[in-house]
Amino acid sequence: MTENLASGTRPETRFAVPGRIAVSNRAAAVWQTATLTEIRRETPHAATFRFATPAWAGHLPGQHLMLRLTAGDGYTAQRHYSIASAPDDAGHIELTLDHVDGGEVSGWFHTVARPGDEVEVRGPLSGFFAWPGDRPALLIGAGSGVVPLMSMVRHRRARGLDVPLRLLVSARGPQELIYAREYGAETTPVFTRSAPEGAPVGRLDAGHVAPLFADGPAGGWEAYVCGSNAFAEHASRLLVEAGQPVDRIRIERYG
Amino acid sequence: MNVTRGFTGRPRVVNAGLPPGQYDAGDDWPVLSAEVTPDLAPADWTFRVDGLVEAPRTWDWDEAHALPGSAYEGDIHCVTSWSKFGVRFGGVSLDAFFDVVRPRPSATHVLAYSHTGYTTNLPLADLTGGRAWIAWEYGGKPLAAEHGGPARLLVPHLYFWKSAKWIAGLRLLDQDEPGFWEQNGYHARGNPWQEQRYSGD
Repeated sequence: MTENLASGTRPETRFAVPGRIAVSNRAAAVWQTATLTEIRRETPHAATFRFATPAWAGHLPGQHLMLRLTAGDGYTAQRHYSIASAPDDAGHIELTLDHVDGGEVSGWFHTVARPGDEVEVRGPLSGFFAWPGDRPALLIGAGSGVVPLMSMVRHRRARGLDVPLRLLVSARGPQELIYAREYGAETTPVFTRSAPEGAPVGRLDAGHVAPLFADGPAGGWEAYVCGSNAFAEHASRLLVEAGQPVDRIRIERYG
Repeated sequence: MNVTRGFTGRPRVVNAGLPPGQYDAGDDWPVLSAEVTPDLAPADWTFRVDGLVEAPRTWDWDEAHALPGSAYEGDIHCVTSWSKFGVRFGGVSLDAFFDVVRPRPSATHVLAYSHTGYTTNLPLADLTGGRAWIAWEYGGKPLAAEHGGPARLLVPHLYFWKSAKWIAGLRLLDQDEPGFWEQNGYHARGNPWQEQRYSGD
């Protein structure tokens, strides 16, 4: 009975890890120590935490990790976080965390953590949202959803890649725009509540997306969307309406 | 034990229903899917069971609803570490579908697939005996599209990535074939009580 049930009988699926992305399954199983070396404030609600991770096997831009804190009585809390740093930042990883109201883990980071503290991490995890830097990338993020996208922007910059990349990043206002000082010509910020003088205020809409398709790369974009679920739904719908194939839209949602 | 300086955590919830490493999401129901939410009307939804079965079959919405109804009341657990207590789903037990297609004795595993192309693998034994459903109601209302509506697989005793949203079918196999997240390093089975999160756990 086995001859007709080899992998050739898998259901037709267009939704899969791109074949060009190799995912290490082994690294994900091992907890390792990460030592906090630096804290940088990004916005009133977000800060970047830099860790020394000598045992880190490396990652692709867009991947995430699992982080674990342990209390004195053995209680643990673990969360998934996107990696903000570029892979080339050898021996180090950076995470940018919002201070979530009542957040058990983010609260510790924002109110207790200081350089020298140790946490545990495992990863990198999931190649689905990864971008190795080989295909034109259209990135859309909101709030801290820009974190994995920034890893891609930094990767492209660090490697001097000339593959097209565009970033649309939505924030409530200039004060809430994470990584504001790092953006270049690849980035268009969208401000939803308040904007710098002369810039419009409003939600991400078709008008932001259309020019990227009118003037898009031959062969089209790989699209990466990251943000709250409401934002991800909105942005992915805009992409589909602009003609982006659904199987070339990758989404990371927060709650 | 690697104690984190200054970390005390939330007040401990004494809840025997909380698997290790999980927290109670309360009223939240986070949405975690990597693909675009499909615009799938009940009239366009179909569900097929084939592979190592005596009588492969596809059900449409009305045909599936004509099967005896069945509900799940209990908890669900996501690998991203939230759990949700006391949820209620309505639908049909997978046993009702298997009664029609009659799995062959050689069938040991199942590859579940969605209308979006998502896949996930399960041992057949995890889908029988009243432990798995095709669910189209949540809290007495139609299941929302972002949570897998019009219909999703529901296997509440495993991490929730196994409960494929927008379920399109099950293929019964005589071997285990990793699905979407399993190819991404997630565990083949995903038992929350054994913290089977990632390959190698």
